[in-house]
Amino acid sequence: MQAQTLNKPETTFLAPGLPAKRKASVFWVGTVLGIVLLACVIFSACIGALSISLAELWQIIAFKTGLTNVAKFEEQKALVFWIIRLPRVCLAVLVGAGLGIAGASLQGLFRNPIADSTLIGVTSGASLFAVIVIMLNVKYLGVISEIGGAYTLSLAAFVGAALTTLLVYQLSKLTGEGGMTTMLLCGIAINAFVGAMTGLMTYMASDEQLRTITFWNLGSLGGANWTSVLAVAPFVFCSVIFMPYLSKALNLLVLGESQAAALGVNMTVLKRQVIVLATMGVGSSVAVAGTIGFVGLVVPHIIRTAFGPDHKMLLVGSAIGGAIVLTLADTISRTIVAPSELPIGILTAMLGTPFFLYILWDQKRRKI
Amino acid sequence: MIQVSNVHFGVKGRKLLSNVSFAAKPGEFWSIIGANGAGKSTLMKLLSREHSPTSGSITFHGKDLKKYKLKELAQRRAVLAQQNSITLAFTVLEIVLMGRYPFYDTQPTRRDLEIVDLCLKKVGISEFKNRLFPTLSGGEQQRVQVARTLAQIWEVKEGLILLDEPTTGMDLLHQYETFQLAKEMTEKGFAVVAVVHDLNLALQYADQVLMMKGGETFASGSAETVLTEENIKTAFGLTVRIIQPDHTHFPIIVPDTAPVQASV
Repeated sequence: MQAQTLNKPETTFLAPGLPAKRKASVFWVGTVLGIVLLACVIFSACIGALSISLAELWQIIAFKTGLTNVAKFEEQKALVFWIIRLPRVCLAVLVGAGLGIAGASLQGLFRNPIADSTLIGVTSGASLFAVIVIMLNVKYLGVISEIGGAYTLSLAAFVGAALTTLLVYQLSKLTGEGGMTTMLLCGIAINAFVGAMTGLMTYMASDEQLRTITFWNLGSLGGANWTSVLAVAPFVFCSVIFMPYLSKALNLLVLGESQAAALGVNMTVLKRQVIVLATMGVGSSVAVAGTIGFVGLVVPHIIRTAFGPDHKMLLVGSAIGGAIVLTLADTISRTIVAPSELPIGILTAMLGTPFFLYILWDQKRRKI
Repeated sequence: MIQVSNVHFGVKGRKLLSNVSFAAKPGEFWSIIGANGAGKSTLMKLLSREHSPTSGSITFHGKDLKKYKLKELAQRRAVLAQQNSITLAFTVLEIVLMGRYPFYDTQPTRRDLEIVDLCLKKVGISEFKNRLFPTLSGGEQQRVQVARTLAQIWEVKEGLILLDEPTTGMDLLHQYETFQLAKEMTEKGFAVVAVVHDLNLALQYADQVLMMKGGETFASGSAETVLTEENIKTAFGLTVRIIQPDHTHFPIIVPDTAPVQASV
């Protein structure tokens, strides 16, 4: 991909100063990706153990919205669509968007394209806090969820993710700017610690709790319902709406922290904003769907290779791209071994790990 | 323009700078020289407000540097730091355009793009404006950074340019071109403060020289009065001779060392 862009002859008739390539504006890329996402959503909503045809889907929606008064579909299909299929697809879109944009922005903050929330331990931190809340909940019989309602888990996971990100960021800064080694080692340490905690709980857990723990480890959208969709939506929306405003500052950060400061970026404020917004997405998606790795790594990488590293494009593209990838992955995970289903985390890790290794190899190769 | 008075700076009880004072006026080219670890880069970091002095003060246009907002500073002075590694595949044009970021909100204006174009031409890199930054050689990357710094300050009146070893990795021609450019900027009313390693370049281009040794000012003043054989001997520990060749307009500094004897 790199070599392609290099060999392209310069187009001289363009206005001076305008990039000859990468002309694709954020608006158009957003629109095209948005249409693809819509197609994926419809595809995913139609496919499953009980398949719904496009015509039936149209009828179901038209009847609900009052466009027609005649119900020309099976009642059962409508129920499946409204109660099972649609919330699940919505959740996949939200979680995917949250993970995608979080991955892209964390990579900007760490100035490194391999900073993924799973690898550096952010996801683990989030799930640790969520699990702690579940344990406390058992002990104090729902006092906590009474106060926070559906948002309790999301908030706890969010706090866990934010604290972990801060820890990893500060540690990686100690070893100099963009310290990749420290960052990854931190991730290993945190993942090991959370692994130990999970092990401890597995050891002590009852059958019921064991199921929940497995759910955290593997990641699944199986628990989707409208409540979980509503629990995630505000967090992801915040992240997706406000993050693109930071794209200029994130671009400057590419030059290094001190250079960015010299160009007017307040690092302390930027750091806080990115960590809060990114971990909102990661935390809330961990709360409802467990550990889904590599989406935040693979999607930004594809967007970057296709449209360049400018963060405005990258953030918008990664949000929509993440939603597309996760919607498709979830469709596969619930159809490939139907009527049972494969936890989506297994799927993303299986596809993501080789991809991660490829990026590492590519990074080293390009330095030569 | 920028006035440094009795500045001290230390980290964890270790003194890095003590009692440094100088004042750069509009139109002056200040060159900071000294041996490794003399405190040159530390001084640059204080001037760019990356660090704040432990005691003493730095004023910029008569106002304490600490009282400026970062954005305000970004619109009046540009900094070229020593280390500039970029891993993401931005194009040269995109990097130089970053110099204009403090001046526009979401979309660069036509003027911003014109300035970028002009700065690319000034530094002689417009032919590879669409190449990816990480694929350039060290010297070429440094020239891109120079163009970026220039773009940031281009339209500013009485702006300040801080350069920390601006010619690192550049070939002979581009070293001279960069200094020529800096000199040109001072003629437009800018003040330039640069850390320079090549004493000949300092002697040829700098109006004023600040020679540092062990975190303190060793000598300060016009280039000819500071760059003397004795001063260089004490500050760098190397015996040099300053000679005036017949066909050049300026003296040159050459090391006065005995030829290496082949040891038997």
